[in-house]
Amino acid sequence: MIVELGHFALVLAFAVALVQASVPLIGAHKRWAGWMAVAEPAAITQVMLIGIAFAALTYAFVTSDFSVRLVVLNSHTDKPMLYKVAGVWGNHEGSLLLWVMILSVFGASAALFGGNLPPTLKARVLSVQAMIGVAFIAFMLFTSNPFLRLVTPPFNGQDLNPLLQDPGLAFHPPFLYLGYVGLSMAFSFAIAALIEGRVDAAWGRWVRPWTLAAWIFLTIGIALGSWWAYYELGWGGFWFWDPVENASFMPWLIGTALLHSSIVVEKREALKSWTILLAILAFGFSLIGTFLVRSGVITSVHAFANDPERGVFILMILGVFMGGALTLFATRSTALEAKGLFAMVSRESALVANNLLLAVACFVVFTGTIWPLVAELAWARKLSVGAPFFNAAFSPFFVVLALLMPLGAVLPWKRAHLARGMRSLLPVLVLALALGGLAFAVQTGRSALGPVGAVLGAWLVFGAAADLALRTGRGSLAARLGRLARLPRADWGKSTAHAGLGITLFAVCAMNAWAIEDIRTVPVGGSFALGPYEITLASVNQVEGPNYSSTMAEMTAARGGNVVATVHPEKRVYAVQGMPTTEAGIDYGLLRDIYLVIGDEQDDGSWAVRSYVKPFANWLWGGAVIMALGGLLSLSDRRYRVAAGSRRVAANAVAAE
Amino acid sequence: MRAPLFALLALLLTAPPTLAVQPDEVLADPALEARARNLSQGLRCLVCRNENIDDSNAELARDLRLLLRERLVAGDSDEQAVAFIVDRYGEYVLLNPTTRGANLVLWLAGPAMLLAGLGGALIYLRRRRDTYEPQPAELSDAEKARLEEILRS
Repeated sequence: MIVELGHFALVLAFAVALVQASVPLIGAHKRWAGWMAVAEPAAITQVMLIGIAFAALTYAFVTSDFSVRLVVLNSHTDKPMLYKVAGVWGNHEGSLLLWVMILSVFGASAALFGGNLPPTLKARVLSVQAMIGVAFIAFMLFTSNPFLRLVTPPFNGQDLNPLLQDPGLAFHPPFLYLGYVGLSMAFSFAIAALIEGRVDAAWGRWVRPWTLAAWIFLTIGIALGSWWAYYELGWGGFWFWDPVENASFMPWLIGTALLHSSIVVEKREALKSWTILLAILAFGFSLIGTFLVRSGVITSVHAFANDPERGVFILMILGVFMGGALTLFATRSTALEAKGLFAMVSRESALVANNLLLAVACFVVFTGTIWPLVAELAWARKLSVGAPFFNAAFSPFFVVLALLMPLGAVLPWKRAHLARGMRSLLPVLVLALALGGLAFAVQTGRSALGPVGAVLGAWLVFGAAADLALRTGRGSLAARLGRLARLPRADWGKSTAHAGLGITLFAVCAMNAWAIEDIRTVPVGGSFALGPYEITLASVNQVEGPNYSSTMAEMTAARGGNVVATVHPEKRVYAVQGMPTTEAGIDYGLLRDIYLVIGDEQDDGSWAVRSYVKPFANWLWGGAVIMALGGLLSLSDRRYRVAAGSRRVAANAVAAE
Repeated sequence: MRAPLFALLALLLTAPPTLAVQPDEVLADPALEARARNLSQGLRCLVCRNENIDDSNAELARDLRLLLRERLVAGDSDEQAVAFIVDRYGEYVLLNPTTRGANLVLWLAGPAMLLAGLGGALIYLRRRRDTYEPQPAELSDAEKARLEEILRS
């Protein structure tokens, strides 16, 4: 019964979305206030209806209702409660429902918090948002309905893919979707602005918080996925340039570019049509990502639905939205007149360079991702494009970007002097080079990647600090500290995010360059040396988990005779799906992780063991968290709250009249 | 074509777990082993999804690793060993695409795009610089009158 209610709510939400997509749009065109006002209650009704549908599906999973097809395919009574709930979105249909729910949440928050938007713009934004909703709810209802029942329910389910039964992966998709779908807001604003034919500083200010929020979620989502791969897949890799990873990385790259170009729109009223184009493309890449994951055209580790019919449907959605948006862009973008003027060397130009590099980097990832498909269709060549290509073709752009970043950040708007900017960063450059030299001297004869990473990371982190210091001007220390504390949050956010990127870049280089690896067989009780550590395989036991059986080893790492860590690497077999997984034993540390993996028992009774020291591993995700924190700081900047306040004043003024 | 491939995949995925590189595979000569590891990272495990044979648990990946080491021990150069495997398994096995034929487009796409973008950006930046700040429009008669009024008071 409850499941049917959910199904019914979803159908109702489809109807509401149809109304929200059409009525306010006509209203905005004809200037009929009543028709425009439909958007707001419709958006709120829609979020409630989809919320009911989502709750109903969650209920079916939690109570293990095996008359529902989706629950049978993805759940089991023995599964821990966390994964029963996470199982709702650990599959194609359920994840789509989550996608649509987040879409409607964004729509409703635009309706609730968008009080200061001009009524026509608001009506159009909500209408475009609903169009996306219509497309995806239709996709669900017609090709991937999560509420289908079975005629003869089985006694128990087939369990969730064991790889997905992990806390990291339970929360990876929601964050990623919050990011993907958040970019739909930027898209809706872009389309609405094109219809209105007006993009100004105020528009830039309205779009930025939404883009920023989406970017924060996307950053956290990607970092979570990468962290999961690190501890779960059993060899400590963290990024594989897999098509699905690329699918989340491309919107991040374009979203980052959009974030920076919208600053130029907001502050200087330039780069307008480019920003609109980026907003369209950012969401376009989210859709392409959805297409790549769901259609199975490109095989990847994560793809969970390989169905041509669904692929065609998503391709149609992609075609309609991108075709429509780009056509609109081509016809209307000339109406957007740029105002701000600036010199060749200026903050504006630096941001143009940032956008250029990010866009080209994204283009490289895109070409590499679809190339196997193109080569097979065009020349019947079956080939692979893997990590070596991306490392070679993508990294240079990012390195140049990192080199330019601190410099661009200190250049003033309108007109700048390169020499002056460089001079203020000279101490930072010297410090970064010194640290790189130190790293080179210490490491003796390893790859040059480590020192390069040290230079880049230090350049970014100290460059960000220098940027803040420069903003405090001259005078006594007390005066400067006072000014530092009063700097806008956006400035703090910018420096924090830039420093976070520096930390992540350094960690990527360090992990690639300085990892220690060891592969051997060890008898129980045996020890071996791993870098400065003495690793001992203390014992191996069979342990029963809630829905798996595990071979669990106890291993210790000692340094100078003192045990510094005891970890329990496991090898699990999940009974229902008969699938093995490895759970590495990791001792997390500030400067290094000790990463131990237990393998098979050998004929002589000893065990295969893989062990690693991963230097600065936590800095990788720490850097991403710092980046997201920077985004949050920027999001809390006063100017967005002031905008909210002015609305209240306006409302009072109207009431007083 | 597709169904048997997935059946095979499912079979391989449910096979008993083994670690990626096994202790018994490791060559005695560290230099040779380092070369083998390096090369394995550029070779694709054919039955896996986008994994190299160095990381993969599949049986076939193990066979390829052993084959590669065999060739290296036999005195092949890196290129010869890889060519030996490509001859048997096709271009698909290479994670690092060659620069032959149409693949040039793939490799040059990024740099070409950068040059095009640079050109576009330069044209844009020049235009933003060369145009002069537009003068504010003349005041209308009504506005002039209002200004007079303000100045007089």
